[in-house]
Amino acid sequence: MNTTSLKLFQGIGRYGVLLALLALIVFGWLRYENFLGAFNVLSVLRYNSMFALVALGMCFVIITGGIDLSVGSTAALGSVVAALLSPYGVLPGLLGGLAAGLAIGACNALIITRLAILPFIATLATMLAASGCALLLAGNQSVSVSYESGFTELGQGDFLGFPIPAWIALFAYLLGSLILNLTAFGRTVLAIGGNEDAARLMGLPANQVKALVYLASGGLAGLAGVILAAQFGAGQPIEGVGWELFAIAAVVVGGTLLTGGVGSVGSTLAGVLLLGLIFNILNFENGLGWISLSAYWQSVIRGAFLLLVVAIQARLSMRTEEAA
Amino acid sequence: MGMKAPRGPLMAETATTLPPTQRAPRVDVRTMLTRHGAWIALALLILVNFALTPNFATWQTLNVNLTQVCTIVIVGVGMTLVIATGGIDLSVGALMAIAGALAPLIFLGKLFPLPHPAIGIALAFVIPVVVAGALGWFNGWLVTRLRIQPIIATLVLFIAGRGIAQVFTNGNLQVFNLPSFQFIGLGRVFGVPFQAILMIFIVALAAWMLRRTVFGRQILAIGGNERAARLAGIPVASVKQRVYLISGLLSGIAGLIVIARNSAADANLVGLGMELDAIAAVAVGGTLLTGGRATVIGTLVGALIIQLVRYTLLANGVPDAAALAAKAVIIVLAVWLQRQSHR
Amino acid sequence: MAPLLTMHGIDKRFAGIPALRAAELVVERGEVHALIGQNGAGKSTMIKILTGYYRKDAGEILFDDNPVEFSSPQEAQKAGISTIYQEINLVPYRSVTENICLGREKRRFGLLDWPAMHAEARSLLARFKIDIDVHRPLMVYPTAVQQMVAIARAIGFEARLVIMDEPTSSLDEREVRVLFGVIRQLKEAGVSVIFVSHKLDELYAVCDRVTIMRDGRTVQVAPITQLSRLDLVTSMLGRELTQVLQESHDANLSNRDGREPVLEVRNLAAGRKVRDVSFEVGSGEIVGLAGLLGAGRTESVRAVFGADRPDSGTIAFAGRENAIAAPSDAIQAGMGFCSEDRKLEGIIPDMSVRENLTLALMPQLSRRGIVDETRSREIVDRFIKRLGIRCSGPEQRIRELSGGNQQKVLLARWLCMNPKLLILDEPTRGIDVGAKAEILGLIRELAGQGLGVLMISSELEEVVEAASRIFVLRDGYTAAELTGEALNERSVMAAMAHGHEGAPGAAHG
Repeated sequence: MNTTSLKLFQGIGRYGVLLALLALIVFGWLRYENFLGAFNVLSVLRYNSMFALVALGMCFVIITGGIDLSVGSTAALGSVVAALLSPYGVLPGLLGGLAAGLAIGACNALIITRLAILPFIATLATMLAASGCALLLAGNQSVSVSYESGFTELGQGDFLGFPIPAWIALFAYLLGSLILNLTAFGRTVLAIGGNEDAARLMGLPANQVKALVYLASGGLAGLAGVILAAQFGAGQPIEGVGWELFAIAAVVVGGTLLTGGVGSVGSTLAGVLLLGLIFNILNFENGLGWISLSAYWQSVIRGAFLLLVVAIQARLSMRTEEAA
Repeated sequence: MGMKAPRGPLMAETATTLPPTQRAPRVDVRTMLTRHGAWIALALLILVNFALTPNFATWQTLNVNLTQVCTIVIVGVGMTLVIATGGIDLSVGALMAIAGALAPLIFLGKLFPLPHPAIGIALAFVIPVVVAGALGWFNGWLVTRLRIQPIIATLVLFIAGRGIAQVFTNGNLQVFNLPSFQFIGLGRVFGVPFQAILMIFIVALAAWMLRRTVFGRQILAIGGNERAARLAGIPVASVKQRVYLISGLLSGIAGLIVIARNSAADANLVGLGMELDAIAAVAVGGTLLTGGRATVIGTLVGALIIQLVRYTLLANGVPDAAALAAKAVIIVLAVWLQRQSHR
Repeated sequence: MAPLLTMHGIDKRFAGIPALRAAELVVERGEVHALIGQNGAGKSTMIKILTGYYRKDAGEILFDDNPVEFSSPQEAQKAGISTIYQEINLVPYRSVTENICLGREKRRFGLLDWPAMHAEARSLLARFKIDIDVHRPLMVYPTAVQQMVAIARAIGFEARLVIMDEPTSSLDEREVRVLFGVIRQLKEAGVSVIFVSHKLDELYAVCDRVTIMRDGRTVQVAPITQLSRLDLVTSMLGRELTQVLQESHDANLSNRDGREPVLEVRNLAAGRKVRDVSFEVGSGEIVGLAGLLGAGRTESVRAVFGADRPDSGTIAFAGRENAIAAPSDAIQAGMGFCSEDRKLEGIIPDMSVRENLTLALMPQLSRRGIVDETRSREIVDRFIKRLGIRCSGPEQRIRELSGGNQQKVLLARWLCMNPKLLILDEPTRGIDVGAKAEILGLIRELAGQGLGVLMISSELEEVVEAASRIFVLRDGYTAAELTGEALNERSVMAAMAHGHEGAPGAAHG
């Protein structure tokens, strides 16, 4: 076994994304005034916290070797439910959105573990269903949230000078990291993705754990929907298109293997921020006035990043395979 | 018979308790449902519509429904082939957007000066489709040479592709009125939309290819058992690359149809969500999602079923959103039935 | 004291085909019990029934004097039965500690107590004299260490019965000695061990008693010291020495002399299992490759066919040396290969008989990429008739055919290419008696027409009868070449059991 390439392989997964993120931050800091100013930093964090939540759920799902395409429309559904319940207060809105997400997650869990349908197809179907429900509930338009109940604080407010959605995301990531690293459940998630048959033969409850992972992914997407509604003042039934694939990209850029079994919550967050910063830097670059790159470049650059990461992963895993 | 040998003892046991004739019908209904379920569903849908929906049996209804499924089916044909090898192509919608963005740039002369408008129109058909095909081949290259899983390999272009199209056009809507180009989306031959004829032609060609050519056999062999195919001397990598290439070409054609139909190219919207529609049509049509068994005509039927369900619901006053939920149920049901028959 | 484990009258059928017929297995407390038999003899099925992986059709299992029927490996593990599977069933990306401790984690305040788990993993591995960094992923360590980790995991569960399914297949000599040390420790601690292996030396080194299985039945149970190696092999392969056919091979022999070799393999090495293998096949000759499981037979022929890459050595086929880099090269040069695993590497289950049969021929059957259906049908009809393939027609799906008929289709896949050499890996496995005879007859007929055949078979009787020459492989080396007078089951068994030195002599002794 060629241990150097293996080390490199894991190093890139764990530290490559952090290094890239750091490099991007230094680049921005040197090049643009106010890049590290409180306003910019906080708004980047506020905006990206929704994606971070969705990516966290996706991270767990991908580690088990599955995929969840329904997160985008689940977030949309969550935002609509939260907006509809927002007149009754912060808590009903929050819990409503969360419950909607959990419901979709439960559907995924049932279809995947009971009917034994591929995660790809199962979540494709629930994606349509969630989207349909969102449109039905919203009557095909965005639903304004109530500004009296204080619900919008969830998206727009600050706590200790830090955006509330960022607090929520931070808390979720800490909890996620704790679960993945310090509980038997988390280690089982990793074992299932590494080798599901082996995990079963080791006597680990593979089906229950998988079900819980999809449930969690749904719940987190619902939560992201709540923040979406609170931040933009409306439940948006057609928002969330393509979120699932961006979340997958963030997870993969973060070094989580799509074949499952390897992954880290922290580098997923770094992946989200990396992809998010690309947008931010484009804005600054245009602000300088030297060049005018349209915002559309961001997806091109994101795609290029994804390609780079998977190509490196593929090369290294091919080499380790040959060395083995 | 010799072929029944391994099941001999079992059969003998059941034969003593149950006359074989009593078992046969139940088995038949089941195979019927699983094997021809898509056709039966389509027939039922049409019958229900004759009874329920006013003005269903008209030329116009047919045309409306056909044009609605055209692009889905054309892209779905490529998707069927990709899935038949055991892969998937998420980039189809983005490739449609690229083709759709390129064509107007070419015939409006924004990309390079045109010696003659007719040449512009000819190039506007050829270049976008070739570019989409090349990008499709790139997907195949990632899958076979770098051994990246198809879902991730094609995710790259899913994300970057639409961005490329938007960068080309700066995100602007390109409006045009050019009947000779738009024939592909708006033209009619003997009253039948040209795009429907094109669709039927592509479906027929692909169905024939899958059944009659070496390439078609190789696709199915790879999806059915890649290791056996390799041991039988089939050039697995080259076949897969060609399949992704075809998927790219067909996406390019579909992109042109969409912009021709709309008299406008909007890189933000052309082909949006197409990958999922196409996969749904393939799944409902009875193609095995793990590869090895594929039916191009089934994909056509699958797309028609999804469209007809939506049409039926809409025509009878059910909101479009509920039709989405119905689609979800159809997909799960179709795949579940498929699994049952495959056990 | 009553035995720890008694499995009595175990029956098991898969899709109507009996895999076990009234099989027996009795393991005493604190003994190391060898369970041996050929592939398909029922050892694995027996073990999987014990550990709750399969459900038995009939019979009873007493464990520690209580009747048991486990519904999953977890349950068996809880009751004190730990299994180490042949393929290492661990999670390669995860750390050594996780692989040892998952499923019985140590906790503090509800969270995992990593320091305690690392310590436990270290102390378990210390019993094997292994000192490694338990934080690192399992995959960075050599296979032997991974195997030890698997064993440490099994023992860590405080098992009372440890099942080891070919645990030494990836270990070197020193590691095997360490493992045997551990097995003796276990034995002293009163733990029983079921030891499955095909390496006869090992059985004598560590086992107390042996159960030999054949065709789903228990054929012999005895203290290992009472049986000679030859007895073991004979019993496994199911032929009494007195019954060994001393068929003359004069006919075959006279055919062979003066023929050009079609295939010549010299000093082939490939992967772990093929160290130094040499053999040759002449045109019109049937050559057998014999050896116990794991001797490197399949791996050798895969390298010849270009399916795996050889590390060194020469392969000369049809006059050209080392010209085969991929199966397609081999096929073009005139070679055909029927893999031992029909399902995994042979048939395309959803395709018809016709499509399966013409799979390799297709490029030649087509003009401008379009398959010539008429010719294809002609050829398929001809081969269906010629090989007597029983199917409802050429369009029937191959998965619906019996094993024997599937095998005939795969043979036809190559025969229709007019090959110079056909490699058959276990051509009669899982096939009923009638079809077996047909296929063997066919192979002989083809060789008579000039085809070179290289045949691997675990059914000794079959190879001895068909082949004019047999190369016996043992642990990755060519141990003996047997022809003429020396070619009988007894000498082959002797070569398989003892290897090079004692090949013919030991058989007479």
